[in-house]
Amino acid sequence: MPRLKTRVSNLSHLFLPLSVLVILIIVNLVKGADYFKITVVNGAFYGNIPNMLFGASELVILSIGMTLVTAASRGQDISIGESGAISSAIFVQYVLRAGGDVTLWTILVGFLISCLAGIVIGAFNGTLVSFFNVQPMVATLILFLGGRSIAFIIDGKVSPILANEISNRIGTVIPGIPIQTPIILTAVFIVIVAVVLKTTNLRLYVETVGINPNAARLNGINPKKIIFLTFLIMGVCSAVAGFIAVNKAGRHDSVNLLKFIMMDAILAVALGGNSLGGGKFSITGSIIGAYTIEMLNRTLLRLEVNPEAIKVFKAVFIIVLMIVASPVVREYAKKVLDKVQGLIASGPSHHTSGLSQGERGE
Amino acid sequence: MRPLGTTKTQTRMSNSTLLFIIAGIIFVLMYGFALISYPGSFMQFQTFFDLFNFNAALFIVTLGLCVVMIGGGIDISVGAVCGLVTMACAMLLESGTGGIWSALLLALGIGLAFGLMHGFLIAYLEIQPFIITLAGMFLAQGLLTTLHREPLNVTQPAFVALRNFTIEIPWLGTVNRRGIFIPCEIKPGVLVVVVLVILYAVLMKWSRFGRSVYAVGGDRESARMLGINVKKTIFLSYVICGLTAGISGFVFLMTTGAGNIGNGSLFEMKAIAANVMGGILLNGGVGNLLGAPIGTMTLLTINELIRAAGVQSNLQAIVSGLLLYLFIVLQSIIIALRTSKRFTLALPSWLKFQRTHD
Amino acid sequence: MKSDVILKMEGICKSFPGVRALHNVDFTLKKGEIHALMGENGAGKSTLIKIITGVYQKDAGQIYLEGKPVHFRSPQDAQNMGIGAVFQEIALCPNLTVAENIFIGRGRDNFVNWKKMNAKAAEMLDSLGIPASPTQELASCSIAVQQMIAIARAVDMDCKILILDEPTSSLDEDEVQKLFGLMRQLKDRGVGIIFITHFIDQVYEISDRITVLRNGELVGEYQASALPQIELIAKMMGKALSDVSAIKKQAARKSDDSVPVFEARGLTSAAGVRPFDFTIEKGEVNGFAGLLGSGRSESVRAIFAADKVTGGEVKVNGKRVKIRSPLDAMRQGIGYLPEDRKGDGIIEELSVRDNIILALQVLKGFFRPLSRKQAEELAEEFIEKLDIKAPSTNTPIKSLSGGNQQKVILARWLITQPTYLILDEPTRGIDVGTKVEIQKLVLKLAEAGMSLTFISSEIDEMLRVCSRLIVMKDREIVGELTGTDLTEQDVMHMIAQGGK
Repeated sequence: MPRLKTRVSNLSHLFLPLSVLVILIIVNLVKGADYFKITVVNGAFYGNIPNMLFGASELVILSIGMTLVTAASRGQDISIGESGAISSAIFVQYVLRAGGDVTLWTILVGFLISCLAGIVIGAFNGTLVSFFNVQPMVATLILFLGGRSIAFIIDGKVSPILANEISNRIGTVIPGIPIQTPIILTAVFIVIVAVVLKTTNLRLYVETVGINPNAARLNGINPKKIIFLTFLIMGVCSAVAGFIAVNKAGRHDSVNLLKFIMMDAILAVALGGNSLGGGKFSITGSIIGAYTIEMLNRTLLRLEVNPEAIKVFKAVFIIVLMIVASPVVREYAKKVLDKVQGLIASGPSHHTSGLSQGERGE
Repeated sequence: MRPLGTTKTQTRMSNSTLLFIIAGIIFVLMYGFALISYPGSFMQFQTFFDLFNFNAALFIVTLGLCVVMIGGGIDISVGAVCGLVTMACAMLLESGTGGIWSALLLALGIGLAFGLMHGFLIAYLEIQPFIITLAGMFLAQGLLTTLHREPLNVTQPAFVALRNFTIEIPWLGTVNRRGIFIPCEIKPGVLVVVVLVILYAVLMKWSRFGRSVYAVGGDRESARMLGINVKKTIFLSYVICGLTAGISGFVFLMTTGAGNIGNGSLFEMKAIAANVMGGILLNGGVGNLLGAPIGTMTLLTINELIRAAGVQSNLQAIVSGLLLYLFIVLQSIIIALRTSKRFTLALPSWLKFQRTHD
Repeated sequence: MKSDVILKMEGICKSFPGVRALHNVDFTLKKGEIHALMGENGAGKSTLIKIITGVYQKDAGQIYLEGKPVHFRSPQDAQNMGIGAVFQEIALCPNLTVAENIFIGRGRDNFVNWKKMNAKAAEMLDSLGIPASPTQELASCSIAVQQMIAIARAVDMDCKILILDEPTSSLDEDEVQKLFGLMRQLKDRGVGIIFITHFIDQVYEISDRITVLRNGELVGEYQASALPQIELIAKMMGKALSDVSAIKKQAARKSDDSVPVFEARGLTSAAGVRPFDFTIEKGEVNGFAGLLGSGRSESVRAIFAADKVTGGEVKVNGKRVKIRSPLDAMRQGIGYLPEDRKGDGIIEELSVRDNIILALQVLKGFFRPLSRKQAEELAEEFIEKLDIKAPSTNTPIKSLSGGNQQKVILARWLITQPTYLILDEPTRGIDVGTKVEIQKLVLKLAEAGMSLTFISSEIDEMLRVCSRLIVMKDREIVGELTGTDLTEQDVMHMIAQGGK
């Protein structure tokens, strides 16, 4: 029983994103009972839920990297969209210049090269943050400002088109498999991350460094290396997200690819119950947070909110959510609840305790 | 007697001062380099004043953000709020229902509203500032696009007059090719910048609030123990930042004369970059307010330089990114050298021993 | 008579999630008295004073200030009502100047007059003999000076009540006497002083009355003169203390194989300790003696490579090795319990389990994590062995008391089975009971063949545990003392004479 209890308390940080997800689903169901309806087109599933999973792929992958960077470096990487744009530009150029038929092999090599590019970008940011002690947001500001121009120069022209069968399949569906490919890729990525977390000490190291870098060092962990490592991982995440995004789009739009996605990724991390100040982290929370954001976007569209006003609703939603999640509000709500319960239970005869509690309220 | 003198020599420059001096030196070097490389344009005083004329709004946004950054916070909504204000004021002026003063009031009102919201949520409900101001950014952007999608030129005569109004400096200027003396021109927005810089510098250096901001940015828990009202201080810093963003929106409109969706976009990032160049660190507690305008000037000089060099437009962003990189690395190396020296410099108990000797 | 009482607290209760910190505690403070608040760690002293200073809000109970019921909502509230406090952890802002730290948050002026403030601060620093300049950034002052500045601030506030929570832990004897002089002056002025310390001698030297807390409850209030030391300790611990004197170290051992476990020649580090030689034999307990700042911590940090090693050579079991980072040292079987528990030791938000297995896990390597079950078992084993009081292995370490936190860190190193363990101030700021436990443990470990270096500010403690003392002064070793019948005088003498 106590085991179970600790398990449950371990999951308590997921309460918020999960309940939001449930609320969004209810809203959608109220709007139309056919929300869960899945249609099969050309042997693949489509519908609200599959489309949501499809649309969130890049965000989910990026929010995983963002969670690690946040936990270790106590700051955020704001250049992830740009770094995805650069690495996918390299991927596109490799594929376009490979010549001949585009084979699976070409795509794979291109993908690996783009991952390498992602790692290089991660190393650039990571060096600044870990070895030069620059705050992450400032360090990544450099690429945020210059990254899209680099991507454009790699492209050499506006929006090179990635027209080949394999890319198309990666961006949509592979015949014979009912689930859209980006969803599968995301799932594979999540599994890989889960395996890495299970088979290495990444979590312990990252959390230790995020909470107390001095103590980490005195226990044989090199905080600089760990922070650097999280940026490398972030680079890989960006490359994978860029890969998916560019295959989805079928062309490389250096200006708009993954534009401003870092805002959503950071939001996903916060929604997942993670502190943006580093330390303990929950990747599950961030993943749910990412899906929640995508679902929110789609729900607003489904509710036929004026596209111009979508951001307003999103903002209001975030604010309400953060207020509900705020420790101050929670504590206050608990106090009020206790008081109400106390009054109901004890009646007017025991009003002394009620008084002293009342005094505490500010 | 205790040799007090030996300890007095220990007094060293604070990080704030050091970073500020570095920022100043870099700006002077940068501008000097520009003067030598492109004397044609940079030798003219007007080029210098134009930095202010065309970017008054950015200067103002940077100032407000600086206060929040010293307090250890961040506000990424400033650019969007600035943009929203330009559009809202433009619509008010165009609708014919309000004049300049009511537009100014509207600008202040919008800024204040955002500042109050951020401040309350961040200070009293202890929500992470990045997320709240991100929501504020979304809100402002959403409202902006909902208000009006197309650019909106303000044609109200009184406002056009204000927009075109310039102050000539009769004793300063250049003689053009035809030998006619052209005096330097300053836009009223520049005056707003100057007034705000002085006001904020005084606020941060001499007011109780300003010092509290430093204390809170340095160590929030200690500040609380010292009897500073931490929540109120944080709250006020965001209110000031929001209000400043509102003012910047009005100044922006005064400069360009049109409300536009793209107004003020990326100002938050530019402002952060400018503040960092001015020696104001994101960690809080460190920085001199005067660093904000100096950092902005450095940033703008870099941009001007790149433009003057005729760099291809796509490379411009990369080059300015690279310069920012160099700047950041330099700053961090200096700070690192300083910290490593501190270990060997500060020998307090060793000094105490001398005391027991005599 | 009634007007004599300046502060009266009745039935104070305070709970934190899962912990009952205070239960029904009464406390009275009279005008012009020095009142020591005593108790083991976790007894509730800190909570009580945090309620008096408005940092925490009480759950129940009543506070009367000069007879009037009051309620402190924030530290400002308390400050405005004339309550000044100096906390164990220095609560000043490192980025402000010394003068600002003295005056900020006080008074109602909306603008700062720097000139006046600096002049006033200079005068005050001078009169208290604090070696700092008013315009200096606080971060550039030593910890001891910062502590003195915090005291200066509290003293200057013209308060009715002054609370001193462990103010002496980073002061040397000289400074302590200066502080005591100050306290007596204030006492004569009618200020009520609440004094918390772990140094029992100091309690008897200065205080009039003593209130003892245990486990969040009031044990009693006593006249200092009427309470013998041994009884005070017994009351704090809740049992008679006979085993303190039972600790007896063994004579310095000279092993026959004569290959030292650890040997250093000309070792020096970036922290500024002069090159020194050092050896330790198997099963030996030695210690670095010297005042705070004499370089004793820096020396052991150099051995563990906690600061950047800048010179010297090191042999482990007779073999030359390179120790460049703490990890290198750990791989050579060296463990290091740091002086600053909060800053360098605990990983606050992580569970007791993760804190215990941390060093072992790092030694095992990045790719070989312990399974949850293994970790759980190891943690439980050491929680039991060291009698760590924690609700579960999942509890975050920050919610444990200081003594228990220290035991967790001790467990962290014992679990790696080091051959040489360095303990830098393992007993600082923890209660008498745990202190004795740790001292006993050290001797037990040595008996089992572990070599240990033990550092403490309390020389009698070192004399009790160490068979060899290395005396330091001015960041260099000035001499060595061995023998079973060393006295505090011997050590003092050597420090004073500089080794002659």
